[in-house]
Amino acid sequence: MNYIFAFMIILSLITSFFTGTVNETVQAGLDGAKNSIEIILSFAGIMCMWCGFLKLAEEGGAINALSKLISPIINLLFPKLKHNNKAKEYITANISANLLGVGNAATPAGIAAMQELDKINKTPDHASDEMSIFTVINTSSIQLIPTTIIALRSAFGSLNPECIIPPVWICSITALFCALFMMKIILFFKRKNNKKIHITRGG
Amino acid sequence: MSYIVPVIFLLIIIFALRKKIPIYSTFCDGVQWGMKTVIGIFPVLLAITTAVAMMRASGLMDIIIRLISPITDIFHIPSPVLPLALIRPISGGGALGILSDILKEYNPDSLIGIIASVIMGSTETTFYTLMVYFKNTRVKYTKHIIPAAVFGDIVGIIAGVAASTIFF
Repeated sequence: MNYIFAFMIILSLITSFFTGTVNETVQAGLDGAKNSIEIILSFAGIMCMWCGFLKLAEEGGAINALSKLISPIINLLFPKLKHNNKAKEYITANISANLLGVGNAATPAGIAAMQELDKINKTPDHASDEMSIFTVINTSSIQLIPTTIIALRSAFGSLNPECIIPPVWICSITALFCALFMMKIILFFKRKNNKKIHITRGG
Repeated sequence: MSYIVPVIFLLIIIFALRKKIPIYSTFCDGVQWGMKTVIGIFPVLLAITTAVAMMRASGLMDIIIRLISPITDIFHIPSPVLPLALIRPISGGGALGILSDILKEYNPDSLIGIIASVIMGSTETTFYTLMVYFKNTRVKYTKHIIPAAVFGDIVGIIAGVAASTIFF
Protein backbone atom coordinates (compact mmCIF):
# COMPACT_ATOMS: atom_id res chain seq x y z
CA MET A 1 0.00 0.00 0.00
CA ASN A 2 2.90 2.33 0.78
CA TYR A 3 4.33 1.89 -2.69
CA ILE A 4 0.96 2.11 -4.38
CA PHE A 5 0.20 5.44 -2.72
CA ALA A 6 3.66 6.81 -3.52
CA PHE A 7 3.40 5.68 -7.15
CA MET A 8 -0.05 7.21 -7.54
CA ILE A 9 1.25 10.62 -6.45
CA ILE A 10 4.65 10.50 -8.19
CA LEU A 11 3.34 9.14 -11.50
CA SER A 12 0.48 11.68 -11.48
CA LEU A 13 2.96 14.51 -11.06
CA ILE A 14 5.29 13.15 -13.75
CA THR A 15 2.38 12.68 -16.17
CA SER A 16 1.18 16.21 -15.44
CA PHE A 17 4.55 17.59 -16.59
CA PHE A 18 4.13 15.86 -19.94
CA THR A 19 0.48 16.76 -20.41
CA GLY A 20 1.04 20.31 -19.16
CA THR A 21 -1.53 20.02 -16.42
CA VAL A 22 0.69 20.64 -13.38
CA ASN A 23 -1.53 23.34 -11.90
CA GLU A 24 -4.72 21.40 -12.54
CA THR A 25 -3.26 18.28 -10.95
CA VAL A 26 -2.19 20.06 -7.79
CA GLN A 27 -5.55 21.80 -7.63
CA ALA A 28 -7.33 18.47 -8.11
CA GLY A 29 -5.34 17.00 -5.22
CA LEU A 30 -6.43 19.85 -2.97
CA ASP A 31 -10.05 19.52 -4.15
CA GLY A 32 -9.85 15.78 -3.55
CA ALA A 33 -8.90 16.37 0.06
CA LYS A 34 -11.71 18.91 0.38
CA ASN A 35 -14.20 16.50 -1.20
CA SER A 36 -13.21 13.62 1.06
CA ILE A 37 -14.52 15.48 4.12
CA GLU A 38 -17.79 16.14 2.27
CA ILE A 39 -18.03 12.46 1.32
CA ILE A 40 -17.39 11.28 4.87
CA LEU A 41 -19.91 13.76 6.30
CA SER A 42 -22.70 12.82 3.92
CA PHE A 43 -21.94 9.15 4.45
CA ALA A 44 -21.49 9.17 8.24
CA GLY A 45 -25.19 9.54 9.10
CA ILE A 46 -26.42 6.52 7.14
CA MET A 47 -23.42 4.45 8.17
CA CYS A 48 -24.08 5.22 11.85
CA MET A 49 -27.77 4.40 11.51
CA TRP A 50 -26.92 0.97 10.09
CA CYS A 51 -24.41 0.40 12.86
CA GLY A 52 -27.14 1.27 15.38
CA PHE A 53 -29.38 -1.44 13.96
CA LEU A 54 -26.52 -3.93 13.74
CA LYS A 55 -25.64 -3.36 17.38
CA LEU A 56 -29.29 -3.99 18.18
CA ALA A 57 -29.09 -7.22 16.17
CA GLU A 58 -26.00 -8.28 18.09
CA GLU A 59 -27.38 -7.58 21.56
CA GLY A 60 -31.02 -8.33 20.79
CA GLY A 61 -30.56 -11.91 19.67
CA ALA A 62 -31.05 -11.57 15.91
CA ILE A 63 -27.46 -12.72 15.38
CA ASN A 64 -28.02 -15.74 17.65
CA ALA A 65 -31.08 -16.68 15.64
CA LEU A 66 -28.99 -16.43 12.50
CA SER A 67 -26.31 -18.64 14.10
CA LYS A 68 -28.86 -21.38 14.68
CA LEU A 69 -29.97 -21.13 11.08
CA ILE A 70 -26.48 -21.53 9.67
CA SER A 71 -25.31 -24.22 12.11
CA PRO A 72 -26.19 -27.14 9.75
CA ILE A 73 -24.13 -25.52 7.00
CA ILE A 74 -21.16 -25.28 9.36
CA ASN A 75 -21.49 -28.99 10.18
CA LEU A 76 -21.45 -29.72 6.47
CA LEU A 77 -18.33 -27.61 5.83
CA PHE A 78 -16.42 -28.80 8.87
CA PRO A 79 -17.42 -32.44 9.40
CA LYS A 80 -14.40 -33.07 11.68
CA LEU A 81 -15.51 -30.39 14.14
CA LYS A 82 -18.83 -31.97 15.07
CA HIS A 83 -17.61 -32.71 18.58
CA ASN A 84 -15.42 -29.65 19.02
CA ASN A 85 -17.98 -27.23 20.37
CA LYS A 86 -15.62 -24.38 21.13
CA ALA A 87 -14.17 -24.12 17.64
CA LYS A 88 -17.61 -24.54 16.09
CA GLU A 89 -19.07 -21.87 18.34
CA TYR A 90 -16.42 -19.33 17.31
CA ILE A 91 -16.79 -20.21 13.64
CA THR A 92 -20.57 -19.80 13.83
CA ALA A 93 -20.23 -16.47 15.65
CA ASN A 94 -17.72 -15.25 13.08
CA ILE A 95 -19.86 -16.21 10.08
CA SER A 96 -23.07 -14.73 11.55
CA ALA A 97 -21.28 -11.47 12.36
CA ASN A 98 -19.86 -11.43 8.83
CA LEU A 99 -23.32 -12.02 7.37
CA LEU A 100 -24.66 -9.00 9.22
CA GLY A 101 -21.64 -6.92 8.34
CA VAL A 102 -20.51 -6.46 11.94
CA GLY A 103 -16.82 -6.57 11.05
CA ASN A 104 -15.75 -5.53 14.53
CA ALA A 105 -17.44 -8.59 16.02
CA ALA A 106 -16.39 -10.94 13.21
CA THR A 107 -12.63 -10.45 13.44
CA PRO A 108 -12.15 -11.31 17.15
CA ALA A 109 -14.39 -14.39 16.79
CA GLY A 110 -12.48 -15.37 13.66
CA ILE A 111 -9.11 -15.07 15.38
CA ALA A 112 -10.40 -17.09 18.34
CA ALA A 113 -11.67 -19.76 15.95
CA MET A 114 -8.27 -19.90 14.22
CA GLN A 115 -6.53 -20.37 17.56
CA GLU A 116 -8.87 -23.24 18.43
CA LEU A 117 -8.20 -24.81 15.03
CA ASP A 118 -4.48 -24.26 15.59
CA LYS A 119 -4.66 -26.32 18.80
CA ILE A 120 -6.03 -29.36 16.98
CA ASN A 121 -3.85 -28.94 13.89
CA LYS A 122 -1.72 -32.07 13.43
CA THR A 123 0.67 -30.32 11.04
CA PRO A 124 1.50 -27.11 12.97
CA ASP A 125 3.65 -25.60 10.19
CA HIS A 126 1.00 -25.99 7.53
CA ALA A 127 -2.56 -24.71 7.64
CA SER A 128 -4.97 -27.60 8.25
CA ASP A 129 -7.90 -28.28 5.92
CA GLU A 130 -10.32 -26.68 8.39
CA MET A 131 -8.14 -23.57 8.71
CA SER A 132 -7.87 -23.26 4.94
CA ILE A 133 -11.62 -23.56 4.40
CA PHE A 134 -12.40 -21.16 7.24
CA THR A 135 -9.98 -18.57 5.83
CA VAL A 136 -11.47 -18.86 2.35
CA ILE A 137 -14.93 -18.21 3.81
CA ASN A 138 -13.55 -15.06 5.40
CA THR A 139 -11.72 -13.85 2.31
CA SER A 140 -15.03 -14.09 0.45
CA SER A 141 -17.56 -11.43 1.18
CA ILE A 142 -20.70 -12.92 2.69
CA GLN A 143 -22.54 -9.80 3.79
CA LEU A 144 -26.34 -9.70 3.85
CA ILE A 145 -26.40 -5.90 3.83
CA PRO A 146 -23.40 -4.08 2.30
CA THR A 147 -23.90 -1.12 4.66
CA THR A 148 -20.84 0.93 3.71
CA ILE A 149 -21.60 0.75 -0.01
CA ILE A 150 -25.27 1.65 0.47
CA ALA A 151 -24.24 4.63 2.60
CA LEU A 152 -21.72 5.76 0.01
CA ARG A 153 -24.23 5.40 -2.83
CA SER A 154 -26.81 7.56 -1.11
CA ALA A 155 -24.10 10.08 -0.29
CA PHE A 156 -23.61 10.51 -4.04
CA GLY A 157 -27.33 10.98 -4.63
CA SER A 158 -28.38 7.52 -5.77
CA LEU A 159 -32.15 7.26 -6.20
CA ASN A 160 -32.14 3.63 -5.14
CA PRO A 161 -29.02 2.94 -3.07
CA GLU A 162 -30.24 -0.50 -1.92
CA CYS A 163 -30.86 -1.82 -5.45
CA ILE A 164 -27.44 -3.48 -5.40
CA ILE A 165 -28.41 -5.93 -2.64
CA PRO A 166 -29.83 -8.77 -4.83
CA PRO A 167 -26.93 -8.80 -7.35
CA VAL A 168 -24.43 -8.57 -4.48
CA TRP A 169 -26.00 -11.67 -2.89
CA ILE A 170 -25.85 -13.65 -6.12
CA CYS A 171 -22.25 -12.65 -6.81
CA SER A 172 -21.03 -13.23 -3.26
CA ILE A 173 -22.56 -16.70 -3.15
CA THR A 174 -21.14 -17.59 -6.57
CA ALA A 175 -17.71 -16.31 -5.57
CA LEU A 176 -17.83 -18.16 -2.24
CA PHE A 177 -18.81 -21.44 -3.87
CA CYS A 178 -16.11 -21.14 -6.52
CA ALA A 179 -13.47 -20.29 -3.90
CA LEU A 180 -14.51 -23.23 -1.70
CA PHE A 181 -14.54 -25.58 -4.68
CA MET A 182 -11.05 -24.40 -5.68
CA MET A 183 -9.86 -24.85 -2.09
CA LYS A 184 -11.20 -28.42 -2.02
CA ILE A 185 -9.37 -29.23 -5.25
CA ILE A 186 -6.11 -27.75 -3.96
CA LEU A 187 -6.44 -29.64 -0.66
CA PHE A 188 -7.16 -32.86 -2.56
CA PHE A 189 -3.95 -32.55 -4.62
CA LYS A 190 -1.97 -31.50 -1.58
CA ARG A 191 -3.05 -34.65 0.26
CA LYS A 192 -2.19 -36.78 -2.75
CA ASN A 193 1.31 -35.27 -2.91
CA ASN A 194 1.88 -35.75 0.81
CA LYS A 195 0.94 -39.42 0.50
CA LYS A 196 3.44 -39.86 -2.32
CA ILE A 197 6.19 -38.33 -0.17
CA HIS A 198 5.30 -40.67 2.70
CA ILE A 199 5.37 -43.70 0.44
CA THR A 200 8.74 -42.85 -1.09
CA ARG A 201 10.17 -42.12 2.34
CA GLY A 202 8.75 -45.30 3.78
CA GLY A 203 9.81 -47.65 1.12
CA MET B 1 -36.68 -5.88 -3.56
CA SER B 2 -37.51 -2.70 -1.72
CA TYR B 3 -38.87 -4.76 1.18
CA ILE B 4 -35.49 -6.24 2.13
CA VAL B 5 -34.38 -3.33 4.29
CA PRO B 6 -37.65 -2.72 6.21
CA VAL B 7 -38.02 -6.46 6.85
CA ILE B 8 -34.52 -6.63 8.29
CA PHE B 9 -35.19 -3.63 10.52
CA LEU B 10 -38.46 -5.17 11.73
CA LEU B 11 -36.87 -8.54 12.50
CA ILE B 12 -34.03 -6.93 14.43
CA ILE B 13 -36.43 -4.87 16.57
CA ILE B 14 -38.82 -7.77 17.19
CA PHE B 15 -35.94 -9.96 18.39
CA ALA B 16 -34.67 -7.17 20.62
CA LEU B 17 -38.16 -6.58 22.08
CA ARG B 18 -38.51 -10.29 22.85
CA LYS B 19 -35.20 -10.30 24.67
CA LYS B 20 -36.22 -7.15 26.58
CA ILE B 21 -32.94 -5.29 26.09
CA PRO B 22 -32.76 -1.47 26.32
CA ILE B 23 -33.43 -0.88 22.62
CA TYR B 24 -32.88 2.85 22.50
CA SER B 25 -29.57 2.98 24.36
CA THR B 26 -28.26 -0.07 22.47
CA PHE B 27 -29.07 1.64 19.20
CA CYS B 28 -27.24 4.75 20.38
CA ASP B 29 -24.23 2.62 21.39
CA GLY B 30 -24.21 1.23 17.88
CA VAL B 31 -24.28 4.72 16.40
CA GLN B 32 -21.28 5.66 18.48
CA TRP B 33 -19.44 2.57 17.30
CA GLY B 34 -20.40 3.51 13.74
CA MET B 35 -18.93 6.97 14.23
CA LYS B 36 -15.67 5.39 15.39
CA THR B 37 -15.63 3.25 12.24
CA VAL B 38 -16.25 6.32 10.09
CA ILE B 39 -13.39 8.19 11.77
CA GLY B 40 -11.19 5.13 11.25
CA ILE B 41 -11.96 5.09 7.53
CA PHE B 42 -11.39 8.82 7.05
CA PRO B 43 -7.55 8.99 6.79
CA VAL B 44 -7.42 6.27 4.12
CA LEU B 45 -10.35 7.80 2.27
CA LEU B 46 -8.68 11.23 2.20
CA ALA B 47 -5.36 9.79 1.03
CA ILE B 48 -6.88 7.76 -1.80
CA THR B 49 -9.41 10.41 -2.90
CA THR B 50 -6.58 12.94 -3.15
CA ALA B 51 -4.30 10.57 -5.05
CA VAL B 52 -7.07 9.43 -7.42
CA ALA B 53 -8.15 13.02 -8.09
CA MET B 54 -4.55 13.82 -9.04
CA MET B 55 -4.40 10.75 -11.27
CA ARG B 56 -7.53 11.88 -13.07
CA ALA B 57 -6.49 15.50 -13.54
CA SER B 58 -3.00 14.64 -14.79
CA GLY B 59 -4.32 12.24 -17.40
CA LEU B 60 -2.60 9.25 -15.77
CA MET B 61 -5.95 7.59 -15.11
CA ASP B 62 -6.84 7.76 -18.82
CA ILE B 63 -3.49 6.25 -19.75
CA ILE B 64 -3.93 3.37 -17.28
CA ILE B 65 -7.52 2.76 -18.41
CA ARG B 66 -6.41 2.72 -22.06
CA LEU B 67 -3.53 0.34 -21.28
CA ILE B 68 -5.69 -2.20 -19.45
CA SER B 69 -8.75 -2.00 -21.66
CA PRO B 70 -7.62 -4.81 -24.03
CA ILE B 71 -7.58 -7.19 -21.05
CA THR B 72 -10.83 -5.96 -19.52
CA ASP B 73 -12.62 -6.06 -22.88
CA ILE B 74 -12.21 -9.85 -22.94
CA PHE B 75 -14.36 -10.14 -19.81
CA HIS B 76 -16.58 -7.19 -20.76
CA ILE B 77 -15.46 -5.33 -17.63
CA PRO B 78 -15.79 -1.56 -18.11
CA SER B 79 -12.20 -0.34 -17.73
CA PRO B 80 -12.98 2.51 -15.27
CA VAL B 81 -13.90 -0.21 -12.76
CA LEU B 82 -10.59 -2.06 -12.99
CA PRO B 83 -8.55 0.18 -10.62
CA LEU B 84 -11.16 -0.71 -7.97
CA ALA B 85 -10.78 -4.43 -8.68
CA LEU B 86 -6.99 -4.14 -8.45
CA ILE B 87 -6.88 -2.34 -5.09
CA ARG B 88 -9.76 -4.22 -3.43
CA PRO B 89 -7.82 -7.30 -2.21
CA ILE B 90 -5.13 -5.10 -0.60
CA SER B 91 -6.97 -2.22 1.03
CA GLY B 92 -10.63 -1.90 1.96
CA GLY B 93 -10.39 1.82 2.71
CA GLY B 94 -8.47 2.43 -0.51
CA ALA B 95 -11.14 0.59 -2.49
CA LEU B 96 -13.77 2.75 -0.81
CA GLY B 97 -11.87 5.86 -1.93
CA ILE B 98 -11.78 4.63 -5.54
CA LEU B 99 -15.44 3.61 -5.40
CA SER B 100 -16.42 7.11 -4.27
CA ASP B 101 -14.39 8.56 -7.15
CA ILE B 102 -16.23 6.29 -9.61
CA LEU B 103 -19.64 7.12 -8.12
CA LYS B 104 -18.85 10.83 -8.37
CA GLU B 105 -17.51 10.60 -11.92
CA TYR B 106 -20.19 8.31 -13.40
CA ASN B 107 -23.27 8.70 -11.11
CA PRO B 108 -24.19 5.86 -8.69
CA ASP B 109 -27.21 4.71 -10.73
CA SER B 110 -25.34 4.37 -14.02
CA LEU B 111 -24.26 0.90 -15.14
CA ILE B 112 -20.63 1.61 -14.25
CA GLY B 113 -21.68 2.95 -10.84
CA ILE B 114 -23.73 -0.17 -10.17
CA ILE B 115 -21.05 -2.57 -11.40
CA ALA B 116 -18.48 -0.87 -9.17
CA SER B 117 -20.83 -1.07 -6.16
CA VAL B 118 -21.61 -4.75 -6.76
CA ILE B 119 -17.94 -5.65 -7.20
CA MET B 120 -17.12 -3.79 -3.98
CA GLY B 121 -19.87 -5.77 -2.23
CA SER B 122 -18.97 -9.21 -3.50
CA THR B 123 -15.20 -9.17 -2.91
CA GLU B 124 -13.06 -8.86 0.22
CA THR B 125 -9.72 -7.46 1.40
CA THR B 126 -8.28 -10.92 0.83
CA PHE B 127 -4.61 -10.38 1.69
CA TYR B 128 -5.31 -8.35 4.80
CA THR B 129 -7.69 -11.05 6.09
CA LEU B 130 -5.10 -13.78 5.42
CA MET B 131 -2.49 -11.85 7.36
CA VAL B 132 -4.69 -11.06 10.38
CA TYR B 133 -6.15 -14.55 10.73
CA PHE B 134 -2.86 -16.44 10.75
CA LYS B 135 -0.97 -13.94 12.91
CA ASN B 136 -1.68 -15.75 16.19
CA THR B 137 -1.22 -19.33 14.99
CA ARG B 138 1.81 -21.57 14.58
CA VAL B 139 1.18 -21.92 10.86
CA LYS B 140 4.01 -20.79 8.57
CA TYR B 141 2.83 -21.98 5.17
CA THR B 142 -0.44 -20.60 3.83
CA LYS B 143 0.55 -20.35 0.17
CA HIS B 144 -1.98 -22.95 -0.99
CA ILE B 145 -4.87 -20.79 0.27
CA ILE B 146 -4.03 -17.76 -1.89
CA PRO B 147 -5.07 -19.23 -5.28
CA ALA B 148 -8.48 -20.25 -3.93
CA ALA B 149 -9.05 -16.87 -2.24
CA VAL B 150 -7.94 -14.88 -5.29
CA PHE B 151 -10.00 -17.12 -7.55
CA GLY B 152 -13.02 -16.20 -5.42
CA ASP B 153 -12.28 -12.50 -5.91
CA ILE B 154 -11.95 -12.91 -9.69
CA VAL B 155 -15.24 -14.81 -9.84
CA GLY B 156 -16.80 -12.05 -7.72
CA ILE B 157 -15.62 -9.39 -10.19
CA ILE B 158 -16.78 -11.24 -13.32
CA ALA B 159 -20.09 -12.22 -11.70
CA GLY B 160 -20.50 -8.61 -10.55
CA VAL B 161 -20.29 -7.36 -14.12
CA ALA B 162 -22.60 -10.10 -15.43
CA ALA B 163 -25.25 -9.72 -12.71
CA SER B 164 -25.33 -5.92 -12.95
CA THR B 165 -25.70 -6.05 -16.72
CA ILE B 166 -28.55 -8.57 -16.45
CA PHE B 167 -30.34 -6.85 -13.54
CA PHE B 168 -30.20 -3.28 -14.82
